Amino acid sequence: MDEDAGSMQRMIDCGAGAIVTKSIGIQPRTGYPNPTVLELEYGMLNAMGLPNPGIDNYGQEMKKICASKTPIIGSIYGATVDEFITLAKKMEHYGAAAIELNVSCPHAKHYGLEVGCDTALLQTITSSVKEHVAIPVFVKISPNVTNIDEIAKAAEMGNADAIVAINTVKAMKIDLETSTPILANKTGGYSGKAIKPIGVRCVYDIAKTITIPIIGVGGITTGEDAIEYFMAGASAVQIGSAVYYRGPDVFTQVCTEIEHWMNTHGYKKISELIGAAHQ
Amino acid sequence: MNIPTVVPIISSIKEARDIKTLTFRYPLSMKPGQFLMIWIPDVDEIPMSVSLIKKKDMKGITFKKIGDATATLYNLKPGDKIGVRGPYGNGFKLKGKRLLFIGGGTGVAILAPVVEYARSKKLKTTVIIGAKTKHELFFEQRLRHYGATVLVATDDGSKGYKGFASSLAKDLLAKEKIDAVYTCGPELMMKSILTFCTTIPFQASLERYMKCSIGICGQCCIGNGLRVCVDGPIFDGKTLKQVDDFGVYRRDAAGRTVRF
Repeated sequence: MDEDAGSMQRMIDCGAGAIVTKSIGIQPRTGYPNPTVLELEYGMLNAMGLPNPGIDNYGQEMKKICASKTPIIGSIYGATVDEFITLAKKMEHYGAAAIELNVSCPHAKHYGLEVGCDTALLQTITSSVKEHVAIPVFVKISPNVTNIDEIAKAAEMGNADAIVAINTVKAMKIDLETSTPILANKTGGYSGKAIKPIGVRCVYDIAKTITIPIIGVGGITTGEDAIEYFMAGASAVQIGSAVYYRGPDVFTQVCTEIEHWMNTHGYKKISELIGAAHQ
Repeated sequence: MNIPTVVPIISSIKEARDIKTLTFRYPLSMKPGQFLMIWIPDVDEIPMSVSLIKKKDMKGITFKKIGDATATLYNLKPGDKIGVRGPYGNGFKLKGKRLLFIGGGTGVAILAPVVEYARSKKLKTTVIIGAKTKHELFFEQRLRHYGATVLVATDDGSKGYKGFASSLAKDLLAKEKIDAVYTCGPELMMKSILTFCTTIPFQASLERYMKCSIGICGQCCIGNGLRVCVDGPIFDGKTLKQVDDFGVYRRDAAGRTVRF
């Protein structure tokens, strides 16, 4: 969702507290041919290939949706520092409440993970974007690295306002009858329930390394999943694949479940939960 | 699990110029108006309405050769394999006793199973088939065989009424009592029919560029986040009157708006 103003409005109507847009680049991009999304036994596999209408066309969607009071976080991807700066400035101009740097897409050549694996480049991109916009800048990082703490640290050194962890886990599905990887791009990113323990571990480790807030994402489907991320050290959470598992009403459902769990366990504020597993 | 099941083609039938039906066995039951995703390994995966729902798991898709995927399907022979997943979407809901179906171009394909279903319930059924020329007409005999009254419209007048199916529908609605209208075809045709259906219940099957087909990617969204793949592809007139994009624009693979 979130490639157009209408679908973002629906997510807001369904209880989302903020929206992260589709990742937007300089030029329009059609993404990969189908199949692009599969549901496997325990999670979802996708290789969309960063489809988006390009930052200039996206202005009309942003202007429509930024009229709502819900914060819109503009997700952007680029291949160079200059591209990230241009995109961030345009997103800010359109009315975005914050910027999310997608430096972790596992299946788009020259973008995403290729940027997000290089700590020096990541720090430069983050600090350069920070210098050019006044709104907060978040950095979404990948679990497909050996040193996620160092990546998070580089973003923090670049003055990021928060870390978003994690993006999808690189994965593949092969059809036996045709001995062919089903995704047109062959490999994709795995999301949903299956990756929640991976995400929780990453958030837990990052929380020990950095002091800026963490936004947890990866397999959150229920209120208890969100609470697990809070305890690992996340201050907020994002939901994607669960829109498939529970429908768009998942946002209201998760909020209700968090409240219910907190009430039955004697917690009054979410801040009491954040990082609880570290004590 | 939501992945393609690979099945062999049972038959390939030429219906009209550049239009074929492929049949295959696929065991999941489905309602008229729902669709399948058809995977052609190394080429593409595309949404296809089902034109044939038979016993013993037999299903059929009917399509016109217009792009890489349909051109590949067009040349497949019995025994060749395709991947199938689904069914997806909501399907038609029949209301009333006197029904009018209007199919434009390959839109007739999706209507055939629902017409068959309507006739099995002994409903009075009229079908208008619209095509550019008589060479692109198909399913006329099949629909008559079900017991429907079939009217033909061709843009060039090479068979039946000369003009658009929507014009023929307008004339028919003015003189006959119809309880509900069902349509699939070019969106401008469907939008024009909706304007004639001020009080008559109306359902239209929409087509949009689809990617995930399971309601998560947002590629096929219309209006305020209505997903054609999950919330549709069949929408009623009341809903469509609230959708600004209906009959105005669709989105390409990059999400850019493209006017009809």
